Amino acid sequence: MHELSLVEGILAIVREELAKHGLCRLLRVRVKHGALTAVVPEALETAFEVLTAGTDLAGALLETELVPLSVRCRSCGQEFSPKDEDRFLMPCPACGAELGHTVLTGRELLIDSIEAE
Amino acid sequence: MQVEVARPILESNDTGAAQLRRRFAAHGLLVLNLLSSPGSGKTTLLERTLTDLRGMLRFGVIEGDCQTENDARRVAATGARAVQINTYGGCHLDSAMVAQACDQLGLEDLDVLVIENVGNLVCPAEFDLGEDAKITILSVTEGDDKPEKYPFIFSQSQVMLLSKIDLLPYVPFDPERASTFARAVNPDLAIFPVAALTGQGMDAWYTWLKERLAAKRQDH
Ligand SMILES: Nc1nc2c(ncn2[C@@H]2O[C@H](COP(=O)(O)OP(=O)(O)OP(=O)(O)O)[C@@H](O)[C@H]2O)c(=O)[nH]1
Ligand SMILES: [Mg+2]
Ligand SMILES: [Zn+2]
Repeated sequence: MHELSLVEGILAIVREELAKHGLCRLLRVRVKHGALTAVVPEALETAFEVLTAGTDLAGALLETELVPLSVRCRSCGQEFSPKDEDRFLMPCPACGAELGHTVLTGRELLIDSIEAE
Repeated sequence: MQVEVARPILESNDTGAAQLRRRFAAHGLLVLNLLSSPGSGKTTLLERTLTDLRGMLRFGVIEGDCQTENDARRVAATGARAVQINTYGGCHLDSAMVAQACDQLGLEDLDVLVIENVGNLVCPAEFDLGEDAKITILSVTEGDDKPEKYPFIFSQSQVMLLSKIDLLPYVPFDPERASTFARAVNPDLAIFPVAALTGQGMDAWYTWLKERLAAKRQDH
């Protein structure tokens, strides 16, 4: 359900961008999603296929890119990407401080670019 | 050709949320987005809160559910103003649905507007509804690992209510563990253990509510 409404958002923006640049055939959409968001790439791709089928955008490809989680240590300021198994306590590789770091990347949910003719 | 876009996918929801935020501010309203899994006790918490604070704070409630008007009826029985949104399968409320519900509810003569979201720990967290704070309920029967499994929603919330604590003697649930992991993604999270059914712990929650409303009025 969620993916369908995300794709509706994607298609609205894509159509605006196509019109703005005088393009009519969409080839590719590149989406970036942060590790903290709840996006399931396969579900997004399926929803994209379903919602473009039979329209002027049919056949275009949706590509997703995961933006890894990165944080700044609350104690020493070191920037690092917690390993998956450390995702919750997030021990800082420099000083060992756990918990409460500032999230720098990982919350993104955006259209990066499109390819069209 | 390649076109750099760099636009958020939920842009139109965000625009709608910004409009709602201005509308809420014009009324000096404190707006809360109430989130949890299905059945964690959102409506029960509201029934108790609205009853206990009757005569002190004026509440309006927007109820989001897949189907039925049940929750709006339960809340209206406390004397508060309530409207129901049915999403018919949709897993979250968006800002357009809330704007429509606000037209129906009317925002005059209210202090606090509570939006009870569709029961779901994943999707609703991504949709800004113009609220001042997200309040996430975690009931002790769901397991203390939920903040580990669903970090995003806890990272976005200002309050975590640990609910149904009257059941703690009967279920293995470590409040320390749940709190530690929730604070790992959100050091500023306020945590209140409550049982809406018995009234246990509710005063700390009411104090938070009143302080937040006072702070909002001061900014105003
Ligand atoms: N023991 C106990 N049961 C509770 C408490 N709060 C709610 N419940 C019960 O939990 C069940 C679900 O409560 P609701 O308030 O309807 O939960 P909800 O989150 O609004 O549910 P949905 O809107 O359907 O997602 C009901 O049977 C309540 O009686 C509590 O503090 N203690
Ligand atoms: Mg309910
Ligand atoms: Zn450090």
